[in-house]
Amino acid sequence: MERHFDRDLEQLTLRLVQMGGMVEEAIAKSVRALLERDSALAEEVITNDQAIDQVELEIDQQTMELIATMQPAAVDLRFLATLMKVTPELERIADLAQDVAERALELSREQSINRMGDMGRLAASARDMVHKAIEAFARRDATLAREVIRQDDEVDNLTEQSFRSQLTYMLEDPTNISRAIRLTFVGKYFERMADSATNICEMVVYLVEGKVIKHAAIDE
Amino acid sequence: MNAFFSTARNREQPDAGPSLREKLRSEELKAWFGDAIALKGISLSIPEKAVTAIIGPSGCGKSTFVRCLNRMHEVVPGARVEGRVHLDGTDIYDPRVNPVRLRRRVGMVFQKANPFPTMSIRENVLAGLRLQGIRPGRGGELVERALTQAALWNEVKDVLDRSGSSLSGGQQQRLCIARALALEPEVLLMDEPASALDPIATQKIEELVYELKASFTIVIVTHNMQQAARISDRTAFFMLGTLIEIGDTKDVFMNPKEKMTEDYITGRFG
Repeated sequence: MERHFDRDLEQLTLRLVQMGGMVEEAIAKSVRALLERDSALAEEVITNDQAIDQVELEIDQQTMELIATMQPAAVDLRFLATLMKVTPELERIADLAQDVAERALELSREQSINRMGDMGRLAASARDMVHKAIEAFARRDATLAREVIRQDDEVDNLTEQSFRSQLTYMLEDPTNISRAIRLTFVGKYFERMADSATNICEMVVYLVEGKVIKHAAIDE
Repeated sequence: MNAFFSTARNREQPDAGPSLREKLRSEELKAWFGDAIALKGISLSIPEKAVTAIIGPSGCGKSTFVRCLNRMHEVVPGARVEGRVHLDGTDIYDPRVNPVRLRRRVGMVFQKANPFPTMSIRENVLAGLRLQGIRPGRGGELVERALTQAALWNEVKDVLDRSGSSLSGGQQQRLCIARALALEPEVLLMDEPASALDPIATQKIEELVYELKASFTIVIVTHNMQQAARISDRTAFFMLGTLIEIGDTKDVFMNPKEKMTEDYITGRFG
Protein backbone atom coordinates (compact mmCIF):
# COMPACT_ATOMS: atom_id res chain seq x y z
CA MET A 1 0.00 0.00 0.00
CA GLU A 2 1.38 3.39 -0.95
CA ARG A 3 1.59 5.84 1.92
CA HIS A 4 1.55 9.62 1.52
CA PHE A 5 4.44 9.50 3.99
CA ASP A 6 6.53 7.79 1.26
CA ARG A 7 6.02 10.79 -0.99
CA ASP A 8 7.18 13.09 1.81
CA LEU A 9 10.29 10.96 2.33
CA GLU A 10 11.04 10.99 -1.41
CA GLN A 11 10.69 14.77 -1.45
CA LEU A 12 13.15 15.05 1.42
CA THR A 13 15.65 12.75 -0.31
CA LEU A 14 15.35 14.89 -3.43
CA ARG A 15 15.89 18.08 -1.44
CA LEU A 16 18.99 16.60 0.19
CA VAL A 17 20.36 15.55 -3.21
CA GLN A 18 19.75 19.10 -4.43
CA MET A 19 21.62 20.43 -1.40
CA GLY A 20 24.41 17.96 -2.21
CA GLY A 21 24.57 19.36 -5.76
CA MET A 22 24.93 22.88 -4.39
CA VAL A 23 27.70 21.73 -2.04
CA GLU A 24 29.58 19.94 -4.84
CA GLU A 25 29.34 23.06 -6.96
CA ALA A 26 30.74 25.12 -4.08
CA ILE A 27 33.71 22.74 -3.78
CA ALA A 28 34.37 22.81 -7.54
CA LYS A 29 34.24 26.58 -7.69
CA SER A 30 36.41 27.03 -4.61
CA VAL A 31 39.06 24.74 -6.15
CA ARG A 32 38.97 26.62 -9.44
CA ALA A 33 39.15 29.94 -7.58
CA LEU A 34 42.25 28.64 -5.79
CA LEU A 35 44.05 27.11 -8.78
CA GLU A 36 43.15 29.87 -11.25
CA ARG A 37 43.47 32.76 -8.76
CA ASP A 38 39.92 33.81 -9.61
CA SER A 39 38.80 36.19 -6.85
CA ALA A 40 35.34 36.78 -8.38
CA LEU A 41 34.65 33.06 -8.26
CA ALA A 42 35.89 32.90 -4.65
CA GLU A 43 33.48 35.73 -3.74
CA GLU A 44 30.67 33.83 -5.44
CA VAL A 45 31.28 30.73 -3.29
CA ILE A 46 31.26 32.87 -0.13
CA THR A 47 27.99 34.57 -1.11
CA ASN A 48 26.26 31.35 -2.18
CA ASP A 49 26.86 29.67 1.16
CA GLN A 50 23.76 31.36 2.55
CA ALA A 51 21.54 29.52 0.07
CA ILE A 52 22.96 26.21 1.29
CA ASP A 53 22.34 27.19 4.91
CA GLN A 54 18.77 27.96 3.96
CA VAL A 55 18.23 24.49 2.49
CA GLU A 56 19.68 22.98 5.67
CA LEU A 57 17.11 24.84 7.78
CA GLU A 58 14.35 23.78 5.43
CA ILE A 59 15.32 20.10 5.63
CA ASP A 60 15.63 20.34 9.45
CA GLN A 61 12.17 21.83 9.66
CA GLN A 62 10.57 19.21 7.42
CA THR A 63 12.35 16.37 9.21
CA MET A 64 11.10 17.60 12.58
CA GLU A 65 7.58 17.91 11.19
CA LEU A 66 7.63 14.35 9.88
CA ILE A 67 8.97 12.97 13.16
CA ALA A 68 6.27 14.87 15.06
CA THR A 69 3.39 13.90 12.81
CA MET A 70 4.24 10.50 11.33
CA GLN A 71 5.80 8.69 14.32
CA PRO A 72 8.35 6.95 12.06
CA ALA A 73 9.53 3.44 12.95
CA ALA A 74 12.22 1.03 11.69
CA VAL A 75 13.73 2.09 8.34
CA ASP A 76 11.64 5.29 8.27
CA LEU A 77 13.04 6.27 11.66
CA ARG A 78 16.59 5.38 10.61
CA PHE A 79 16.11 7.42 7.44
CA LEU A 80 15.02 10.54 9.30
CA ALA A 81 17.73 10.09 11.95
CA THR A 82 20.28 9.73 9.14
CA LEU A 83 18.95 12.81 7.42
CA MET A 84 19.33 14.81 10.62
CA LYS A 85 22.99 13.84 10.76
CA VAL A 86 23.78 14.01 7.03
CA THR A 87 22.39 17.52 6.52
CA PRO A 88 24.74 19.25 9.00
CA GLU A 89 27.69 17.28 7.54
CA LEU A 90 26.84 18.68 4.10
CA GLU A 91 26.48 22.14 5.55
CA ARG A 92 29.91 21.75 7.20
CA ILE A 93 31.42 20.71 3.85
CA ALA A 94 29.92 23.84 2.28
CA ASP A 95 31.47 25.93 5.08
CA LEU A 96 34.85 24.30 4.33
CA ALA A 97 34.44 25.17 0.63
CA GLN A 98 33.77 28.70 1.78
CA ASP A 99 37.00 28.56 3.85
CA VAL A 100 38.90 27.39 0.75
CA ALA A 101 37.41 30.33 -1.15
CA GLU A 102 38.48 32.75 1.60
CA ARG A 103 42.09 31.45 1.49
CA ALA A 104 41.94 31.59 -2.34
CA LEU A 105 40.87 35.21 -2.08
CA GLU A 106 43.78 36.01 0.27
CA LEU A 107 46.25 34.15 -1.97
CA SER A 108 44.97 35.97 -5.04
CA ARG A 109 46.14 39.23 -3.43
CA GLU A 110 49.65 37.84 -2.94
CA GLN A 111 52.34 36.86 -5.40
CA SER A 112 51.52 33.71 -7.31
CA ILE A 113 52.66 30.46 -5.74
CA ASN A 114 53.98 27.79 -8.05
CA ARG A 115 54.16 25.02 -5.52
CA MET A 116 50.62 23.72 -5.29
CA GLY A 117 52.00 20.20 -5.03
CA ASP A 118 49.22 17.61 -4.98
CA MET A 119 46.53 20.12 -4.06
CA GLY A 120 44.60 19.49 -7.30
CA ARG A 121 44.58 15.73 -6.70
CA LEU A 122 43.67 16.17 -3.05
CA ALA A 123 40.76 18.47 -3.95
CA ALA A 124 39.55 16.09 -6.68
CA SER A 125 39.67 13.12 -4.34
CA ALA A 126 37.79 14.92 -1.55
CA ARG A 127 35.18 16.14 -4.00
CA ASP A 128 34.81 12.64 -5.41
CA MET A 129 34.19 11.28 -1.90
CA VAL A 130 31.51 13.91 -1.24
CA HIS A 131 29.85 13.14 -4.57
CA LYS A 132 29.79 9.40 -3.91
CA ALA A 133 28.60 9.88 -0.32
CA ILE A 134 25.56 11.80 -1.55
CA GLU A 135 24.96 9.14 -4.19
CA ALA A 136 25.24 6.37 -1.60
CA PHE A 137 22.66 8.14 0.54
CA ALA A 138 20.26 8.77 -2.34
CA ARG A 139 20.53 5.17 -3.59
CA ARG A 140 20.75 3.74 -0.07
CA ASP A 141 23.85 1.89 -1.24
CA ALA A 142 25.91 0.50 1.65
CA THR A 143 28.52 -1.04 -0.68
CA LEU A 144 29.30 2.32 -2.23
CA ALA A 145 29.33 3.89 1.25
CA ARG A 146 31.98 1.41 2.43
CA GLU A 147 34.05 2.12 -0.70
CA VAL A 148 33.99 5.84 0.13
CA ILE A 149 35.03 5.17 3.72
CA ARG A 150 38.10 3.28 2.46
CA GLN A 151 38.96 6.16 0.14
CA ASP A 152 39.50 8.38 3.17
CA ASP A 153 42.99 6.91 3.71
CA GLU A 154 44.01 8.14 0.26
CA VAL A 155 42.87 11.66 1.14
CA ASP A 156 44.74 11.51 4.46
CA ASN A 157 47.93 10.52 2.58
CA LEU A 158 47.48 13.30 0.05
CA THR A 159 46.94 15.80 2.87
CA GLU A 160 50.16 14.63 4.50
CA GLN A 161 52.03 14.94 1.18
CA SER A 162 50.61 18.39 0.64
CA PHE A 163 51.74 19.44 4.12
CA ARG A 164 55.28 18.14 3.54
CA SER A 165 55.45 19.93 0.25
CA GLN A 166 54.43 23.23 1.87
CA LEU A 167 56.87 22.64 4.72
CA THR A 168 59.75 22.25 2.25
CA TYR A 169 58.61 25.40 0.52
CA MET A 170 58.69 27.31 3.82
CA LEU A 171 62.16 25.99 4.65
CA GLU A 172 63.48 27.04 1.26
CA ASP A 173 62.47 30.67 1.70
CA PRO A 174 60.85 32.20 4.80
CA THR A 175 59.04 34.80 2.62
CA ASN A 176 56.91 31.89 1.41
CA ILE A 177 55.64 31.15 4.92
CA SER A 178 52.36 33.06 4.92
CA ARG A 179 51.30 31.65 1.52
CA ALA A 180 52.43 28.16 2.42
CA ILE A 181 50.51 28.27 5.71
CA ARG A 182 47.37 29.30 3.85
CA LEU A 183 47.84 26.35 1.52
CA THR A 184 48.42 24.02 4.48
CA PHE A 185 45.07 25.15 5.83
CA VAL A 186 43.48 24.50 2.45
CA GLY A 187 44.85 20.95 2.51
CA LYS A 188 43.32 20.48 5.94
CA TYR A 189 39.95 21.76 4.68
CA PHE A 190 39.88 19.10 1.98
CA GLU A 191 40.81 16.46 4.50
CA ARG A 192 37.90 17.54 6.69
CA MET A 193 35.53 17.44 3.73
CA ALA A 194 36.59 13.83 3.23
CA ASP A 195 36.01 13.17 6.95
CA SER A 196 32.48 14.55 6.64
CA ALA A 197 31.88 12.37 3.57
CA THR A 198 33.07 9.41 5.68
CA ASN A 199 30.62 10.33 8.45
CA ILE A 200 27.80 10.49 5.90
CA CYS A 201 28.74 7.06 4.60
CA GLU A 202 28.82 5.57 8.10
CA MET A 203 25.25 6.83 8.51
CA VAL A 204 24.28 5.32 5.15
CA VAL A 205 25.46 1.89 6.37
CA TYR A 206 23.35 2.44 9.50
CA LEU A 207 20.37 3.45 7.37
CA VAL A 208 20.58 0.42 5.10
CA GLU A 209 21.74 -2.26 7.51
CA GLY A 210 20.80 -0.84 10.89
CA LYS A 211 24.43 -1.43 11.87
CA VAL A 212 26.58 1.17 13.66
CA ILE A 213 30.10 1.17 12.19
CA LYS A 214 31.50 4.46 13.38
CA HIS A 215 34.39 4.36 15.86
CA ALA A 216 35.11 0.81 14.68
CA ALA A 217 36.87 -1.01 11.87
CA ILE A 218 34.75 -1.51 8.79
CA ASP A 219 32.96 -4.78 9.11
CA GLU A 220 32.57 -6.44 5.73
CA MET B 1 16.90 32.08 13.37
CA ASN B 2 16.47 28.37 13.10
CA ALA B 3 12.91 27.92 11.83
CA PHE B 4 11.97 25.02 14.02
CA PHE B 5 12.60 26.94 17.19
CA SER B 6 10.69 29.90 15.92
CA THR B 7 7.34 30.59 17.47
CA ALA B 8 6.54 33.53 15.24
CA ARG B 9 4.36 31.47 12.93
CA ASN B 10 2.37 30.14 15.86
CA ARG B 11 1.61 33.63 17.05
CA GLU B 12 0.68 34.95 13.65
CA GLN B 13 -1.50 32.20 12.34
CA PRO B 14 -5.18 32.99 12.18
CA ASP B 15 -7.75 30.37 13.09
CA ALA B 16 -8.01 29.08 9.54
CA GLY B 17 -4.89 28.31 7.53
CA PRO B 18 -3.93 31.50 5.72
CA SER B 19 -4.20 30.08 2.20
CA LEU B 20 -7.41 28.13 2.80
CA ARG B 21 -10.95 29.39 2.49
CA GLU B 22 -13.21 28.97 5.51
CA LYS B 23 -15.94 26.36 4.99
CA LEU B 24 -17.45 26.08 8.45
CA ARG B 25 -17.29 28.29 11.49
CA SER B 26 -18.74 27.74 14.95
CA GLU B 27 -19.39 30.73 17.17
CA GLU B 28 -19.90 30.36 20.91
CA LEU B 29 -21.39 26.94 20.29
CA LYS B 30 -22.89 25.40 23.42
CA ALA B 31 -24.53 22.01 23.70
CA TRP B 32 -26.36 20.20 26.48
CA PHE B 33 -27.61 16.71 27.18
CA GLY B 34 -30.50 17.53 29.52
CA ASP B 35 -28.92 19.65 32.26
CA ALA B 36 -25.38 18.49 31.58
CA ILE B 37 -23.36 20.87 29.46
CA ALA B 38 -21.15 19.13 26.87
CA LEU B 39 -19.81 22.14 24.95
CA LYS B 40 -19.11 25.39 26.75
CA GLY B 41 -18.88 27.87 23.89
CA ILE B 42 -16.69 26.66 21.04
CA SER B 43 -15.57 29.16 18.40
CA LEU B 44 -13.43 27.76 15.64
CA SER B 45 -12.98 27.87 11.92
CA ILE B 46 -12.75 24.87 9.61
CA PRO B 47 -10.95 25.40 6.29
CA GLU B 48 -12.26 24.08 3.00
CA LYS B 49 -10.69 21.01 1.35
CA ALA B 50 -8.49 20.22 4.30
CA VAL B 51 -8.61 17.74 7.17
CA THR B 52 -9.36 19.19 10.59
CA ALA B 53 -8.86 16.75 13.46
CA ILE B 54 -10.54 17.09 16.83
CA ILE B 55 -8.62 15.40 19.62
CA GLY B 56 -9.08 15.22 23.37
CA PRO B 57 -9.77 12.80 26.21
CA SER B 58 -13.08 10.95 26.57
CA GLY B 59 -15.91 13.24 27.46
CA CYS B 60 -14.21 16.36 26.13
CA GLY B 61 -17.08 17.06 23.74
CA LYS B 62 -15.34 16.22 20.46
CA SER B 63 -18.10 13.94 19.15
CA THR B 64 -20.81 16.30 20.35
CA PHE B 65 -19.06 19.11 18.51
CA VAL B 66 -19.07 17.36 15.12
CA ARG B 67 -22.67 16.24 15.65
CA CYS B 68 -23.57 19.90 16.03
CA LEU B 69 -22.02 20.60 12.62
CA ASN B 70 -24.83 18.77 10.79
CA ARG B 71 -27.52 19.13 13.44
CA MET B 72 -27.35 15.52 14.55
CA HIS B 73 -27.01 16.53 18.19
CA GLU B 74 -30.55 17.85 18.35
CA VAL B 75 -32.06 14.48 17.41
CA VAL B 76 -30.97 13.09 20.81
CA PRO B 77 -33.92 13.39 23.25
CA GLY B 78 -33.29 16.19 25.73
CA ALA B 79 -30.34 17.57 23.76
CA ARG B 80 -30.08 21.30 23.11
CA VAL B 81 -27.77 23.63 21.17
CA GLU B 82 -27.02 27.33 21.45
CA GLY B 83 -24.75 29.49 19.35
CA ARG B 84 -24.13 29.55 15.63
CA VAL B 85 -22.54 27.33 12.99
CA HIS B 86 -21.93 28.96 9.63
CA LEU B 87 -21.64 26.83 6.53
CA ASP B 88 -20.36 29.03 3.69
CA GLY B 89 -21.54 31.99 5.74
CA THR B 90 -25.10 30.74 6.40
CA ASP B 91 -26.14 29.82 9.94
CA ILE B 92 -27.26 26.20 9.84
CA TYR B 93 -29.36 26.78 12.98
CA ASP B 94 -31.46 29.37 11.20
CA PRO B 95 -35.08 28.10 11.44
CA ARG B 96 -35.37 28.30 7.63
CA VAL B 97 -32.65 25.69 7.16
CA ASN B 98 -33.94 22.19 6.43
CA PRO B 99 -31.81 19.79 8.52
CA VAL B 100 -32.31 16.90 6.10
CA ARG B 101 -31.00 18.95 3.19
CA LEU B 102 -28.19 20.21 5.40
CA ARG B 103 -27.11 16.62 6.17
CA ARG B 104 -26.85 15.98 2.47
CA ARG B 105 -24.24 18.75 2.27
CA VAL B 106 -22.58 17.72 5.54
CA GLY B 107 -22.31 13.92 5.54
CA MET B 108 -21.24 11.71 8.39
CA VAL B 109 -19.35 8.46 8.93
CA PHE B 110 -19.55 6.76 12.31
CA GLN B 111 -17.20 4.78 14.52
CA LYS B 112 -18.79 1.43 13.86
CA ALA B 113 -19.29 0.51 10.23
CA ASN B 114 -23.04 0.30 9.80
CA PRO B 115 -23.96 -0.93 6.33
CA PHE B 116 -27.57 -2.00 6.00
CA PRO B 117 -27.24 -5.75 6.51
CA THR B 118 -30.07 -6.83 4.24
CA MET B 119 -28.93 -4.64 1.35
CA SER B 120 -26.39 -5.44 -1.34
CA ILE B 121 -23.20 -3.42 -1.71
CA ARG B 122 -24.80 -1.49 -4.59
CA GLU B 123 -27.99 -0.78 -2.61
CA ASN B 124 -25.93 0.35 0.37
CA VAL B 125 -24.16 2.94 -1.76
CA LEU B 126 -27.51 4.20 -3.07
CA ALA B 127 -29.34 4.00 0.28
CA GLY B 128 -28.66 7.61 1.25
CA LEU B 129 -30.02 8.87 -2.04
CA ARG B 130 -33.15 6.71 -1.76
CA LEU B 131 -33.76 8.00 1.79
CA GLN B 132 -33.62 11.50 0.31
CA GLY B 133 -36.37 10.51 -2.13
CA ILE B 134 -34.07 10.27 -5.13
CA ARG B 135 -34.54 7.30 -7.48
CA PRO B 136 -31.18 6.56 -9.01
CA GLY B 137 -32.22 3.21 -10.60
CA ARG B 138 -29.29 0.81 -10.56
CA GLY B 139 -27.06 3.89 -10.41
CA GLY B 140 -24.18 2.24 -12.29
CA GLU B 141 -22.01 5.27 -12.83
CA LEU B 142 -22.82 6.80 -9.47
CA VAL B 143 -22.07 3.55 -7.63
CA GLU B 144 -18.75 3.21 -9.42
CA ARG B 145 -17.78 6.80 -8.71
CA ALA B 146 -18.63 6.64 -5.00
CA LEU B 147 -16.89 3.29 -4.53
CA THR B 148 -13.83 4.52 -6.45
CA GLN B 149 -13.66 7.64 -4.29
CA ALA B 150 -13.86 5.40 -1.23
CA ALA B 151 -10.99 3.25 -2.60
CA LEU B 152 -13.23 0.16 -2.59
CA TRP B 153 -14.22 -0.23 -6.27
CA ASN B 154 -11.44 -2.61 -7.28
CA GLU B 155 -12.22 -4.93 -4.40
CA VAL B 156 -16.00 -5.13 -4.94
CA LYS B 157 -16.69 -4.35 -8.61
CA ASP B 158 -17.47 -8.00 -9.39
CA VAL B 159 -19.64 -8.63 -6.33
CA LEU B 160 -21.84 -5.53 -6.21
CA ASP B 161 -24.97 -7.56 -5.56
CA ARG B 162 -23.49 -9.42 -2.64
CA SER B 163 -24.60 -8.35 0.88
CA GLY B 164 -22.80 -5.36 2.38
CA SER B 165 -22.21 -7.35 5.55
CA SER B 166 -20.20 -9.95 3.62
CA LEU B 167 -17.29 -7.48 3.54
CA SER B 168 -14.47 -7.21 6.10
CA GLY B 169 -14.68 -4.53 8.80
CA GLY B 170 -12.39 -2.16 6.94
CA GLN B 171 -14.26 -2.68 3.67
CA GLN B 172 -17.59 -2.11 5.44
CA GLN B 173 -16.28 1.20 6.76
CA ARG B 174 -15.19 2.22 3.26
CA LEU B 175 -18.64 1.17 2.02
CA CYS B 176 -20.14 3.55 4.58
CA ILE B 177 -17.82 6.27 3.31
CA ALA B 178 -18.97 5.49 -0.26
CA ARG B 179 -22.59 5.73 0.91
CA ALA B 180 -21.86 9.17 2.37
CA LEU B 181 -19.97 10.26 -0.78
CA ALA B 182 -22.81 9.14 -3.09
CA LEU B 183 -24.79 12.09 -1.76
CA GLU B 184 -22.03 14.37 -3.05
CA PRO B 185 -21.54 16.17 0.26
CA GLU B 186 -19.29 19.19 0.63
CA VAL B 187 -18.24 18.31 4.16
CA LEU B 188 -17.58 14.86 5.58
CA LEU B 189 -17.70 14.42 9.35
CA MET B 190 -15.94 11.31 10.59
CA ASP B 191 -16.42 10.18 14.17
CA GLU B 192 -13.60 7.76 15.07
CA PRO B 193 -13.86 6.08 11.65
CA ALA B 194 -10.97 3.68 12.25
CA SER B 195 -11.14 2.95 15.96
CA ALA B 196 -12.76 -0.47 15.43
CA LEU B 197 -10.33 -1.52 12.69
CA ASP B 198 -7.02 -3.40 12.61
CA PRO B 199 -3.80 -1.49 11.73
CA ILE B 200 -3.87 -2.32 8.00
CA ALA B 201 -7.53 -1.39 7.56
CA THR B 202 -6.82 1.73 9.63
CA GLN B 203 -3.96 2.71 7.35
CA LYS B 204 -6.24 2.32 4.31
CA ILE B 205 -8.82 4.61 5.88
CA GLU B 206 -6.09 7.12 6.77
CA GLU B 207 -4.72 7.15 3.22
CA LEU B 208 -8.27 7.49 1.93
CA VAL B 209 -8.95 10.49 4.17
CA TYR B 210 -5.70 12.05 2.95
CA GLU B 211 -6.82 11.60 -0.68
CA LEU B 212 -10.41 12.74 -0.10
CA LYS B 213 -9.37 16.17 1.15
CA ALA B 214 -8.65 17.18 -2.44
CA SER B 215 -12.43 17.17 -3.01
CA PHE B 216 -14.06 17.45 0.40
CA THR B 217 -13.80 19.35 3.66
CA ILE B 218 -13.16 16.76 6.35
CA VAL B 219 -13.60 16.97 10.09
CA ILE B 220 -12.39 13.88 11.92
CA VAL B 221 -12.81 13.05 15.57
CA THR B 222 -10.20 10.70 16.91
CA HIS B 223 -8.97 9.59 20.30
CA ASN B 224 -5.83 8.44 18.49
CA MET B 225 -3.73 11.56 18.41
CA GLN B 226 -1.06 9.90 16.27
CA GLN B 227 -3.74 9.41 13.65
CA ALA B 228 -4.66 13.09 13.89
CA ALA B 229 -0.98 13.95 13.43
CA ARG B 230 -0.62 11.70 10.38
CA ILE B 231 -3.62 12.78 8.37
CA SER B 232 -4.78 16.22 9.38
CA ASP B 233 -3.81 19.72 8.33
CA ARG B 234 -5.33 21.39 11.39
CA THR B 235 -5.74 20.01 14.88
CA ALA B 236 -8.08 21.21 17.61
CA PHE B 237 -7.60 20.02 21.18
CA PHE B 238 -10.72 19.90 23.34
CA MET B 239 -10.99 19.35 27.06
CA LEU B 240 -14.08 19.34 29.27
CA GLY B 241 -16.19 20.95 26.58
CA THR B 242 -13.69 23.74 25.94
CA LEU B 243 -11.43 24.38 22.96
CA ILE B 244 -7.93 24.57 24.43
CA GLU B 245 -5.97 25.09 21.24
CA ILE B 246 -6.28 24.95 17.47
CA GLY B 247 -3.46 25.28 14.98
CA ASP B 248 -1.65 23.74 12.04
CA THR B 249 -1.14 20.08 12.95
CA LYS B 250 2.64 20.27 12.63
CA ASP B 251 2.73 23.24 15.01
CA VAL B 252 0.40 21.62 17.54
CA PHE B 253 2.55 18.48 17.58
CA MET B 254 5.94 20.22 17.50
CA ASN B 255 5.36 23.30 19.52
CA PRO B 256 1.92 23.57 21.12
CA LYS B 257 1.03 26.93 22.57
CA GLU B 258 -0.78 25.61 25.63
CA LYS B 259 0.77 23.54 28.40
CA MET B 260 -2.40 21.46 28.62
CA THR B 261 -2.04 20.48 24.95
CA GLU B 262 1.61 19.65 25.49
CA ASP B 263 0.75 17.46 28.50
CA TYR B 264 -1.95 15.64 26.55
CA ILE B 265 0.04 14.92 23.41
CA THR B 266 3.11 13.86 25.35
CA GLY B 267 1.10 11.51 27.56
CA ARG B 268 1.69 13.51 30.76
CA PHE B 269 -2.00 14.19 31.03
CA GLY B 270 -3.65 13.52 34.40
